[in-house]
Amino acid sequence: MKSLVCVSKTPDTTSKISFTNDQSALDTGNIQFIMNPYDEWYALVRALELQEAQGGSVTLINVGPAANDAIIRKGLAIGAEKAIRIEADPQSALFVAKQIAGHAKAENYDIIFLGKETIDYNGSEVGGMIAELLDLPFISYASHLEMNGNTATIHRDIEGGTEVVEVETPFVVSAAKGLAEQRIPNMRGIMMAKSKPLQVIQQAEAGDLAVAVHFEAPPPKKAVTLVDPENMEELVRLLHEEAKVI
Amino acid sequence: MATPHNAEINRKAKEDRFQGHDYYNIDELLNEDHLLARDAVRTWVKQEVSPIIEDYANRAECPTHLFKGLAEIGAFGPSLPAEYGGGGMDEIAYGVIMQELERGDSGIRSMASVQGSLVMYPIYRFGSEEQKRKYLPKLGAGEFIGCFGLTEPDHGSNPAGMVTNVKDDGDAYILNGAKMWITNSPVADIAVVWARDEEGKIRGLIVEKDFKGFSAPEIHGKWSLRASITGELVFEDVRVPKANVLPEVASMRGPLSCLSKARYGIAWGAIGAAMDCYDSALRYSLERTQFGKPIGQFQLTQKKLAEMITEITKAQLLAWRLGTLANQGKATPGQISMAKRNNVNMALEIAREARQIHGGMGITNEYPIMRHMMNLETVLTYEGTHDIHLLITGHDVTGLDAFK
Ligand SMILES: Cc1cc2nc3c(=O)[nH]c(=O)nc-3n(C[C@H](O)[C@H](O)[C@H](O)COP(=O)(O)OP(=O)(O)OC[C@H]3O[C@@H](n4cnc5c(N)ncnc54)[C@H](O)[C@@H]3O)c2cc1C
Repeated sequence: MKSLVCVSKTPDTTSKISFTNDQSALDTGNIQFIMNPYDEWYALVRALELQEAQGGSVTLINVGPAANDAIIRKGLAIGAEKAIRIEADPQSALFVAKQIAGHAKAENYDIIFLGKETIDYNGSEVGGMIAELLDLPFISYASHLEMNGNTATIHRDIEGGTEVVEVETPFVVSAAKGLAEQRIPNMRGIMMAKSKPLQVIQQAEAGDLAVAVHFEAPPPKKAVTLVDPENMEELVRLLHEEAKVI
Repeated sequence: MATPHNAEINRKAKEDRFQGHDYYNIDELLNEDHLLARDAVRTWVKQEVSPIIEDYANRAECPTHLFKGLAEIGAFGPSLPAEYGGGGMDEIAYGVIMQELERGDSGIRSMASVQGSLVMYPIYRFGSEEQKRKYLPKLGAGEFIGCFGLTEPDHGSNPAGMVTNVKDDGDAYILNGAKMWITNSPVADIAVVWARDEEGKIRGLIVEKDFKGFSAPEIHGKWSLRASITGELVFEDVRVPKANVLPEVASMRGPLSCLSKARYGIAWGAIGAAMDCYDSALRYSLERTQFGKPIGQFQLTQKKLAEMITEITKAQLLAWRLGTLANQGKATPGQISMAKRNNVNMALEIAREARQIHGGMGITNEYPIMRHMMNLETVLTYEGTHDIHLLITGHDVTGLDAFK
């Protein structure tokens, strides 16, 4: 299988999120960035497993600035053989999808993998857009994927159950928990990653249809109020007068 | 900030919520390999070590299954060349790996220090090509476990006084004597043993576990490094083929150069243990309330925390500078002694202060503090005691030997 794995960067879940003074952008000053876990743990690892089982190649792609190279190197250390970074400061999912589709069009990948969402904005948009731009089938939330010749059998997580679909390559698939198991890069992989190609290409012309103009943090959580189990009247009063839910 | 209920904190204690601390942006002095290596080992420790370590330490059992995992991640001899089973990395990468392992547990770091610096390194540095090809790949892959026998029952700080000896017997040496306090010995496949020959020279020998007359009984009852296995090495007329003698060294320079390598790793490792204690204490001080306030708001708690992060930062700079010198091949044994001594003592003091911040909870295995504190008592003593390293520095600056 010739696979392309889209990887994005996202703030580490323990980062404290704050915005620039005019509330128009994320303040990246003190944020630790990581590779999006759905891309790293599931999409990339399943692509590598297919390559190990039946040959082919695994290429990483990221749309972003040079600072993202550290994340891309980690993907190479885990085992991808080469990587492409499209030099850009992406502002929307559509922009990212257009860049990736622009590259993928000429490359005839069998499978384009990505995570089911990036854990920053949780948009889940890029995969569907890439598929649409390339006129390919899109299978989202895949928790299991087996290949038989050119046919893939994919389990999709759906509300309350699983949907099993069959699809022929080429296709776009977004990875959910269960698709593979996280691989930790080892020291040899880290050293090998240094000599693997990371090609930087210029962005294609692509406008944003929507731009974020303002952010607001959620109001801080209030302390827990403990109510004596004997004092049901007080509980009812609080739910009625303060929480206003009954 | 809303403070969670105190019961909530105790429930959450067991999950490993460790975060690194970098008050002086020392990460900017590290390169991409170092950061990748550190994060990889940190992730590995959170997955493989943290969930089991309290239990193994409690039962005083060595999690020997981790040898394979340590090998897979590349923690054995990371700075040895890849063709001999190492990782081909630099000394700072080796340092950050040791830091992260010891963040998990000093015993786990010891497993890796012994295998990489005290077993693979002497074979790589002083071994024949045949010995390197025979042992190093297996040691690097964790298929063989190694141990290092220098200390004897009557010769600890003064290893040059050793009485373990070899006598020439044609194509072999006959080895007699005993070694004490040997990390990994009861589970080891091979032992690198230092012994005196008939000319009085110190020789290194590779002793395989099934050589006749060789046994390695376990030492029980340790209150420290409980997740690491320690034993003796007993040699009764053991025939060691001459092909198993390390050809390239015949003096104390052999074992001492190994110790330099391992002590260097300990200087980094201790930072990991200190950071884990500080991290836990900082979090606890913000979550635990007394007198209606988080305890971190009291000046006495802040003094402890502020001094901890100051000492950690100094230790990080010392280790980083030592690593830079080591990469240039310029780190002297005296410089390594200074960093080992300072950083281990720093970690032990931080463990003691962190224990206080955790109050009563700090004495239980709900938190890693007592385990680190007890472990660090060994780390303070092995690889040259705290006082012996002081004498090394004293010797270095005065030119006068205060050992004898
Ligand atoms: C858990 C554990 C694992 C170990 N693993 C290994 C291993 O894998 N391989 C190995 O070879 N060894 C190992 N050791 C041994 C360790 O290196 C020794 O314990 C250490 O070198 C101290 O030797 P000793 O215990 O004989 O103490 P001693 O040398 O008897 O020291 C006792 C005290 O006297 C002090 N002292 C000694 N001489 C002087 C002096 N000249 N001036 C001032 N003070 C002095 C010391 O500082 C110390 O405080 C291990 C030890 C432990 C506890």
